[in-house]
Amino acid sequence: MIHYPAIVVIAPLVGALIAGILSFVEERYAYPAALIATGISCAAAVRDLIYVAGHGPIAYHMGGWAPPMGIEYRIDTLNAMVLVLITAIAFLNLAASWPNIKQEMPDRSPSFYAMYLLFVVGLTGVASTGDLFNLYVLIEITSLSSYTMIALGDRDRGPISALNYVFVGVIGASFYLLGVGYIYIKTGTLNMAEFATMIPTLQDSTTILTAFILCIVGVFIKMALFPLHVWLPNAYSYAPVGFARIVAPLMTKVMVYVMVRLMITVFGLDYIFIKLHIADTLVWLGTIAILAGGVMALAQTNLKKMLAYIIVCEIGYMVGGAWLGNDLGLTGAVLHILNDGLMTFALFLAVGNMVYKLDRVQIKDLKGLFAKMPWTMTGFVLAAFSIVGVPPTCGFFSKWYLILGAFKAGAWHFAAALIISSLICAVLFFKVFEVCFFESPDTHDGHGSDTHGRHTTVAIQEAPAISLAVLGIAGISLIVVGMYSKTIVVRLIWPLLSS
Amino acid sequence: MTELFMLIAAKYNYCLYVILMMIGLYAMIAKNNLMKKLVGMNIFQTAIILFYVSIGFKHNATIPIIMGDHGHGGHGAAINAADYMNPLPHVLMLTAIVVSVATLGVAMALCVKVYQRYQTLEEDELRMRLSEKIKL
Repeated sequence: MIHYPAIVVIAPLVGALIAGILSFVEERYAYPAALIATGISCAAAVRDLIYVAGHGPIAYHMGGWAPPMGIEYRIDTLNAMVLVLITAIAFLNLAASWPNIKQEMPDRSPSFYAMYLLFVVGLTGVASTGDLFNLYVLIEITSLSSYTMIALGDRDRGPISALNYVFVGVIGASFYLLGVGYIYIKTGTLNMAEFATMIPTLQDSTTILTAFILCIVGVFIKMALFPLHVWLPNAYSYAPVGFARIVAPLMTKVMVYVMVRLMITVFGLDYIFIKLHIADTLVWLGTIAILAGGVMALAQTNLKKMLAYIIVCEIGYMVGGAWLGNDLGLTGAVLHILNDGLMTFALFLAVGNMVYKLDRVQIKDLKGLFAKMPWTMTGFVLAAFSIVGVPPTCGFFSKWYLILGAFKAGAWHFAAALIISSLICAVLFFKVFEVCFFESPDTHDGHGSDTHGRHTTVAIQEAPAISLAVLGIAGISLIVVGMYSKTIVVRLIWPLLSS
Repeated sequence: MTELFMLIAAKYNYCLYVILMMIGLYAMIAKNNLMKKLVGMNIFQTAIILFYVSIGFKHNATIPIIMGDHGHGGHGAAINAADYMNPLPHVLMLTAIVVSVATLGVAMALCVKVYQRYQTLEEDELRMRLSEKIKL
């Protein structure tokens, strides 16, 4: 029996406990404890991935109780990949955000680390569990810890946006819980694999249909699919930097993973695409989400808000792609979970560095930033290219699969939306680059700056070295994942879809 | 018509939980005061807890404790599942109750934070204060 699947989740849980205790005893050890806990978790997740890629899925029985009685953690290539993404980002972000956390909440940082680790527990648990009710509990652990951390952010807006998120998040999770209840009424099981064996005989049951609709709507609320997205932009842009950097790339992507898991493993592709005729509607919803997210992003004057609306747009990519109903679309959607996680992480790392130096990130405040923060801006440009979908970066490849899938399914509106959103993203980022590159930074004296600005050389004021190093790792990983995306698709995604 | 009434009478627990849930949802959407919204949220969650508890019920069944001779369960005597209520939904709801208590606690703490900052919990006033802040 190998215990790595449990270690991935338990290491941050124990770490959270230790960090919580240390906040009363000896505050300065809380940070190393958190770093070690996420590091162990990350190493175990990598070990899982290597094992799963070679030997096939792991079914881990929590506490030694076999499935109908106990809770099963089932790791296959899909969630092994998602787990590595989660734990790696959690570890790297903790390393990168130390200066930001010190700056933003000098007095409350140990409790922040405890909540941060609980958030990681929730995410890794959601990604590894094979039990429907356990999934609900872990979603709520994730959400509860994120409510508290969002409230630690902006003093004026933080608590209010967190409260709005609580209301919407509770509705989403409750819908999911209700769906699980209907599944239990009909089948008497909560184990995903056992339920999947029963679904062929229950195709005509209205109870299962109700359960499916409730679960999927709950997950849509949690992932902020377009008409249900209203909580996201405020919650993410008023959160403290150290938390925004992990919640923005991971939270929505993990909920997309839950949707894919419900589609592939729980309800099964046969039931979803052959029995139910909702795929076209959902591809339309994805299309609308892409366009609406893009247009709303264009209207923003704050960089963080703009990125938050880009997340709404990217959710449309993944939902639409997954519901295209062919292997290419689903491959693209799954690959985009990984790629979008990395791209958003790199973007928010760069934005966090800007916040560290500038405090405010209204787009008009970013004048002359290429001269002031050259390395941060290099990372930002790389991540922006990936979002737009410029070839060597990874964003291109998942978008390519999505477009191929759209062509194969004949969903021209979705293909068009993908291309239009690339253009919108290009406009968005070049608008930012223009301000950062061409406008001179020193205009607060208000007169004579034109000739003045041209001759002064701006002193480089970069973010701390550790933040830059992590941004460098994230930027390089964008290109490396792009170059190896063929391997990822063949080794990790296709075995899953073919089974 | 009588059939419909019979159906509702037979499955009144579902009707009740839906009604409760909608009361909660209405309060969350329509009320102006944040505290009232919180109460609505709690009603909403409690409705689902009641739903789960009610599905464990069986007619003519007793509590799920097996009375063996020496507390080890009946020796070889067949245990008829229909004689005992289903304990699993109840156990699941213990976890769900903990989750809902935690959510309520966090939400109340956030309300306190908001109140300390703005001296009000009325949403329209909050919105007014926030838009003033943007103008300044």
